[in-house]
Amino acid sequence: MSPRATGLLARAALLALLATGPLFLGDFRTNLLARILSFGLFAASLDLLIGYTGLPSLGHAAFFGIGGFGAALLALHVTSNVFAQLGVATGAAALAGGTVGAFAVRSRGVYFLMLTLATGEILASLAVSWTSVTQGTNGLSIGNGSFYPGDGRPLDLNLRVDTVYYYVLAAVLVGYLFLRLLVASPFGRALVGVRENEARMRSLGYSVTLYKVGAMLIAGGLAGFAGALTVQQQKYVDYTIFSFTNYSALAVIALIIGGRATLLGPVLGGAFVFILRDQLSSHFSQHWPIVLGAIIVLVVYLFPAGLMGGARSLRRLLRRAKATPLEPNEATR
Amino acid sequence: MSIVGFISFFDDNFVSILNGLALGMLLFVLALGLSLIFGLLDVLNLAHGSLYLLGTYLGFQLAEREGIPFLLTALLVTVIGLGFGIFLNVSLRPVRGRGHLDQALVTLGLALIVGDLTTIIWGTQYHQAPEPHFLQTSTQIFGHYYPVYQLAVMVVGFVLFVLVYTLVERTQLGAILRAAVEDADMVGALGINVRRVMLAILVLGAGLAAFAGVIGGPIMSITPDVGDTVLIYALIVIVIGGLGSITGAFVGSIILGEVLTLGVALISQYASFALFGAMAVVLIVRPAGLFGR
Repeated sequence: MSPRATGLLARAALLALLATGPLFLGDFRTNLLARILSFGLFAASLDLLIGYTGLPSLGHAAFFGIGGFGAALLALHVTSNVFAQLGVATGAAALAGGTVGAFAVRSRGVYFLMLTLATGEILASLAVSWTSVTQGTNGLSIGNGSFYPGDGRPLDLNLRVDTVYYYVLAAVLVGYLFLRLLVASPFGRALVGVRENEARMRSLGYSVTLYKVGAMLIAGGLAGFAGALTVQQQKYVDYTIFSFTNYSALAVIALIIGGRATLLGPVLGGAFVFILRDQLSSHFSQHWPIVLGAIIVLVVYLFPAGLMGGARSLRRLLRRAKATPLEPNEATR
Repeated sequence: MSIVGFISFFDDNFVSILNGLALGMLLFVLALGLSLIFGLLDVLNLAHGSLYLLGTYLGFQLAEREGIPFLLTALLVTVIGLGFGIFLNVSLRPVRGRGHLDQALVTLGLALIVGDLTTIIWGTQYHQAPEPHFLQTSTQIFGHYYPVYQLAVMVVGFVLFVLVYTLVERTQLGAILRAAVEDADMVGALGINVRRVMLAILVLGAGLAAFAGVIGGPIMSITPDVGDTVLIYALIVIVIGGLGSITGAFVGSIILGEVLTLGVALISQYASFALFGAMAVVLIVRPAGLFGR
């Protein structure tokens, strides 16, 4: 079987597993899987910045949190319709992403890292101190969401775990496919060009700044989309959604483990770190940071290209091994 | 605002303004090392806050619990910080030449490990380090009583600024340093061991961060997350002041110190907005920071 077919088959199997998940997983695990899926999309949106555009953001939780709080505030004050919440939250996060981008992309390298980190942390402290909107450390609890316009027939999102799950799965797939199409589009190819050689892209007539701000806007919007999904299923949000260790850094780790510029890699890497954290926290609850720290150092030292990157180079190696004996034949022809 | 109004504002908030200066000078001790490490090594050292954290707990342990004199404690902890700087240099060696993100991630991993180790050793409860005995008084300035310790921290920060500024701007060693920031390869080609200069800066920065932890103990509370807090403050100082600039770190520290204390005193709930605002205004007016190039 060709490697391409193997890849497709693996993806189809993964999708089938995800679609049938609630049938054999209990309620708790189904919920966990839904949270993993939204986190995976969050990590994939970061991949657009770090992997494809080469913008190393350390504050991506800012947009995740804006989306989450946006959805919660809308649910509390405006509508219980989940699609409306999702749409507005995504828009707000995209706006924030574009705004931060407009400032941040003027800098590069270490400076960009620092600026995004500072932005994320200031937003986190804002979420604690701006109590009139965020309720500070108490957080916001929201009611059940509805699939229908208005509050007429609320389809209880709490009643059936699998309803929530399929809603999240569908939304995450939409977000993921959007990213896939985006990176294959001329826009996505231009982002890779910006990552590889900014000066050349500029001399070819591309507005590098505009492309970078565009990447920040889209990645921010998708992060907000994932944040809104997370809050809709948990029915609760507080300042910890802006957490550096739990979201910004964890997504970067998911990306490094899964492999940069692969999209699927960060999703799988995200699932890995998420499950690992869940398993470890039941054993030694408080000392997750020390484990995470050790994982980060080891992964950066040992797997610079991540797991997907490792799989790719393995595939290339196999292809070369298979191709070598053919060469003499081609020469005689 | 009339002059009388200004004087009355100044008088009302005099203590806050002084507190801002003291906090600013403390931040300067921390941000200086971070800024130089940025400028010279092009590395975002996320373990810089952990060194402060380690310094502040070690200072509390040695001075308060073991009864070692404050100045000796400061010296000891600084030496430990220097040692950690060497360790940092060793851990960064495998990723030298890789992207900024990978280097920052290694320091992030170390920061998480150090942070968790301090909670294993010292727990998560809040401590407050008392001022050292010989500075436990207050003095009267313009009719306001003010603790001498805070004044001493200001003096330390200012002296450090003058010392480092003179060293970097007026000596041969400083010239090498500035040239290495500009073009490390060229300086290396001139026969100067740039690696050794980099190691010196990394070690010096680490020592300063640990030292800042000791003198910061009586000013900032001692909690497991104080390391992250001061790291973010130091980053904002550098954004405001400009990368790798000593004067920038100095001025940025004073600005941030005032925003954090005066801002909280005047508009407590919205102090985070003020923080954002200060950063945004500087980035709009001068994207490279006030003193950056």
